[in-house]
Parts: sequence; structure tokens; C-alpha cells
Amino acid sequence: MKGDNVVDFALTPQHEALQEAIGRICADFGDEYWLMRDRQGGFPTELHQALAKGGWLGVCMPEDVGGTGLGITEAALMMQTIAQSGAGMSGASAIHMNIFGLQPVVVFGTEEQKQRMLPPLIEGRERACFAVTEPNTGLDTTQLKTRAERRGDRYVVHGQKVWISTAQVAEKMLLLARTTPAEQARKRTEGLSLFYTNFDRSRIEVREIEKMGRKAVDSNQVFIDGLEIPVEDRIGEEGQGFRYILHGMNPERILIAAEAAGLGHLAVSRAAAYAKERVVFGRPIGQNQAIQHPLAECWMELEAARLMTMNAAWRYDSGLECGAQANAAKYLAAEAGFKACQQAVMTHGGFGYAKEYHVERYLRESMIPRIAPISPQLILSFVAERVLGLPKSY
Amino acid sequence: MKVLVPVKRVVDYNVKVRVKADGSGVETANVKMSMNPFDEIAVEEAVRLKEKGVAEEIVAVSCGPNAAQEQLRTALAMGADRGILVEHDGVLEPLAVAKLLKAIVGREGPALVILGKQAIDDDMSATGQMLAALLGWGQGTFASRVEKEGDALRVTREVDGGLETVSVKLPAIVTADLRLNEPRYASLPNIMKARKKPIETVKPADLGVDVTPRLSVLKVEEPAKRQAGKKVGSVQELVEKLRNEAKVI
Repeated sequence: MKGDNVVDFALTPQHEALQEAIGRICADFGDEYWLMRDRQGGFPTELHQALAKGGWLGVCMPEDVGGTGLGITEAALMMQTIAQSGAGMSGASAIHMNIFGLQPVVVFGTEEQKQRMLPPLIEGRERACFAVTEPNTGLDTTQLKTRAERRGDRYVVHGQKVWISTAQVAEKMLLLARTTPAEQARKRTEGLSLFYTNFDRSRIEVREIEKMGRKAVDSNQVFIDGLEIPVEDRIGEEGQGFRYILHGMNPERILIAAEAAGLGHLAVSRAAAYAKERVVFGRPIGQNQAIQHPLAECWMELEAARLMTMNAAWRYDSGLECGAQANAAKYLAAEAGFKACQQAVMTHGGFGYAKEYHVERYLRESMIPRIAPISPQLILSFVAERVLGLPKSY
Repeated sequence: MKVLVPVKRVVDYNVKVRVKADGSGVETANVKMSMNPFDEIAVEEAVRLKEKGVAEEIVAVSCGPNAAQEQLRTALAMGADRGILVEHDGVLEPLAVAKLLKAIVGREGPALVILGKQAIDDDMSATGQMLAALLGWGQGTFASRVEKEGDALRVTREVDGGLETVSVKLPAIVTADLRLNEPRYASLPNIMKARKKPIETVKPADLGVDVTPRLSVLKVEEPAKRQAGKKVGSVQELVEKLRNEAKVI
């Protein structure tokens, strides 16, 4: 089948085996589990541990640190399968960061750092949070205010971060902080440094943000006051952190796109199953085109977004430029996922509003991939500027 | 000792099977296929025997189409060391499979053959027993527990009245029942390793076995559709309907 000039969209037998295996693990965490997590909160430790035990957290980590050395393509398939299993973003977000977030360590860390930092993460003994965003800078990452001052063989950090997921439970933190004041930095993109260090709760205060959905996976305000970081926890060169962090951005967009597509497909299949069974006026409501057509449309848009996602993943894994495709995939999948979840609620009618039918949870969670890690508007601006060559608008 | 684990490719247990339009069998085109769940239990037991140091090598074997390699890969991901595919596209009846397995046993010389008590597609529950008869080996069927004792196996069997324990001299055949163990999930690193383990392909003719079907299927049909039930308002009404409508009391 595979020739030099053949474009092949089929999953390989290996991809199918991966999907099947991950699906089996997820099948142990049914709708009732996620309903309970959504009501009571509490990190889905059991899923995180089951995936760690099966070696899944190391899917795209190098083999010499205990990973499997696969690509973002396989990681995306895995994340889509998790979201689509019924876990939605509650399940996907519980491990999302651990899958790709430490790519800067993989690429720019020393051998000693890799051996020290990566195996505990892969084995599920440690969890990491990603401390980049700040309350006053939003997506203007180069303007971060959190300061890390060098004192001898350590750095002392003061500042605050916001929207830091899993900070309630994480043992480790990937932190981007300013080591050179912005006005003294040679370039806008310099002066920030990257650290992977202990989440020392005696110097860090974490306040959970009450939010719309995904109660199981906490999001937080983080106040850092005098956190000491040994120099050996700095990744790469001082002042180059922004460049390192960019390395993980396209993979993150690709994975979140896969998760959004998975969530959307989950919503559509649940809506279709309901529409087949629900009988009103003597026939299943799914026999009505007003019910069928919007669901069919959602399916098509989700599949288109999924293919864009796989295209972006394939480009990333092939070492090709993938910024436009990764951003487009995240935009398309997030919007298609949101629309599918909304349509699933509407298909269920009044019951769609009831928690026990699950689709209202999907709808609340579908807002996450729309907003994070980058707004749809900034993606449009990116494509307009970088792909279409139009003048920068902001 | 060497352990041979035959595994069968069947329609996945989650699939709602449909009868082919011409009534010749069930539809398998574009249907999800998996390893027979009882065979999965057999693979798990073999892997546990290896982990305990009782077994040295596990050889998985499947008789069926080329696609049955997928099921062999699943067995390899769970912990089998290598696979043998006896490739044949047509119908394979239990007797034919038992003859093929006998030939494989002749080549491989395992001390134990462990397989599912039945396949969930045709529910024959015959292959293990036929193989034991063809080889003249002892058999411990419907096993819920297997322990090695010297040069024999102590096999606990689930029978109608409770549990029966038998001692079977090796070499022997064991067929796995549902409660023998809970099969593990293949880990990601093991799935990757499985892709590099060897699978040898042979044809029935290479083994000198004639697999021509001895049985002919006359007709396959779906079970009658279940009629909708009725709700009754009281015990009296229930008794009245059972007596006068259903006429069962």
C-alpha cells in the first residue's frame, strides 16, 4: 500500500493497537466515575496511576529515561482516545502537562537533569505543573514579572502566577521567571529563564480558582515568596527560557486539539445513541432531520479538525514547520468540539440539562480548549500575519 | 518448560453480531475483531507461570487468516515470546484446528498447552479436548486454578456441583475458565516490544493437515425478537394475567 508518492490516512496496526490498549484502561473509568469527580472534585489519581503503570506517561519521552520514544502523533491519538472514552477534559487534563510539558528538559536539559527529572514523572511518582501565565501579562509572555534573583548557587523567586493547573497536587513545577529586568535585556525575548524544581509549599501559596467545569483538575493562583531554586534546576542557559518554552507550544496545541476532537466525538456519539432510543410522537427523534443533520454536520467538522490535527502532528514529528497547522488544528477542533457538545445537549432536550446524562459536563468542559492555551482570536491573528502576510494588528 | 498458547481471532465481545443476509453465517466484514477472551485468560496464565519461573518460553499460535497476526501481537504484548500463524482463509472447524495444533506440538515439543475453554463465536468448547485425545495427553478442562506439583499439574476445575481438583501428568492440556485470572492490560513499552518479536507463518499443507470442513452449516438465523413487556399495577393483576393470559399457573 505504502509507496513514495502515496498519501496514507489510515492508522497503522501499531496505532490501532495503542488506541485499543489505552481504551481498555479508560474503560475502567466509566461515566459514574467522572460524574462523581465532577461533583466532588478531587484529582483522578486512579487514572493517572493506571496510565503511569502501563508506561503511557512516557509515550513521547526518550527511551534512555524510561520512555517509549514515540511521537506527538501517538501522543495525540492517546489523548484523543482518553477524552473520547468519557473522561473528557477531566481525564485528559490530569495528564496533559506530563505528556509534552517537559519537552524543554528533553531537548535542552543536561544528561544529569534528564536522568533526575524525567523517570519520576514517567513512573507517576511525581506530577508537574506548568507555571508560566501571570495575572497581568496574559498571552504577552515576554513581559512576565516574576523575578528569579541569582544569589550564589541558587535563585530566589518572588512573584505570582495564575491559571496553574494541578498546582494543588503537583510535586514539581516548570517555572518561567525573569532573571534579567526587561529594560536591561538585549532582546524582548531574552531575560527569562526556565527552571524545573520542587514545588516547595513552604514558599508557595496556592489558591484554587472556582471554575465552570473540570472540577477534578484544579486551576490556581500561585503566590511565590522567596522560593529557593538550586542552580542545577535551571534548564539550559540563563535568559533563554522563552525560546525553550516555545519548543513545547506546538505539541501542546496539537494535543489539546486532539482532546477537543475526542470530547466532541464523545458528545456526538452519546447524542446519536440518545436520538436513536428516545421516542416522541411514535418515532425515534433521530428520525427527524432537524435532529440528524446538525449531528451529521458536527461529525464532519470534527473529522476535518481531527485530520488537521494529525497533519500538524505528522509535520511536527517529521521535523517540518508546523506552527500554522498546529494553531489551525487547535482552533478548528476547539470550535467543532464546542459546537458538538452544544448540539449534544440540544439533542437531549430537557435531559441534556440534567447531570446524569453527562452532556452538560462535556459542554462546560468544551470551553477549555477554546480558551486555553491561546484564544481563538490570537490564532486568527497569527494565521493572518504569518500565513497570509497581513500587517500585525495588535 | 515450554508453553504453547493457541489463540483465536473472533468477533469482539462488545460487537452486536449480525447474521449475513444469505443466512450462511455472521457478518465479519468491517467488524471489530479481538482475541477470544478465554484465550486471553490462557495467555495471562502462561505469562504468570513464566513470571513464577515455571515456564521458560511461551509460544502463541493462531490458526486463521493473515489478520490473525493482530491477535498474536496482542499475546506477544502481554508477554508471549514468539508467535506462529497457521494461515488459512476458509472455515476451520475444531477438529481441523486440533489437528493443526497437534502438528505444531510435534514441532515445538511443549510440556503444556493452555487455551480458552471455548471460543465466544461458535461456543463449541471442543478444540482443547480434541487435541488431548489426538495427542493422548491428560487434560484439565475448565480450570479456575493451576499449580505445578513435581511433574504434574494440580488443576482446580469449575464443575456444576462446586470445585473439583485433579492432578494431570505433564505434558498436558489445560483449558481456561473465566475465573482463572484477570488478564493484564498490555503496557505501552510491551506493545512496542511486541512489534519486534518474531511471528512465523506456516500453511496447513506445510504441516500435512487436511482442513477440509467435515460439517456443513445448514442455516444461521437471528434469535426471535423479544416482545415488549407489560407493566402490571398490582400483585393481583400479575397473578390474574399469569393465570388467564400467559396460562403458566
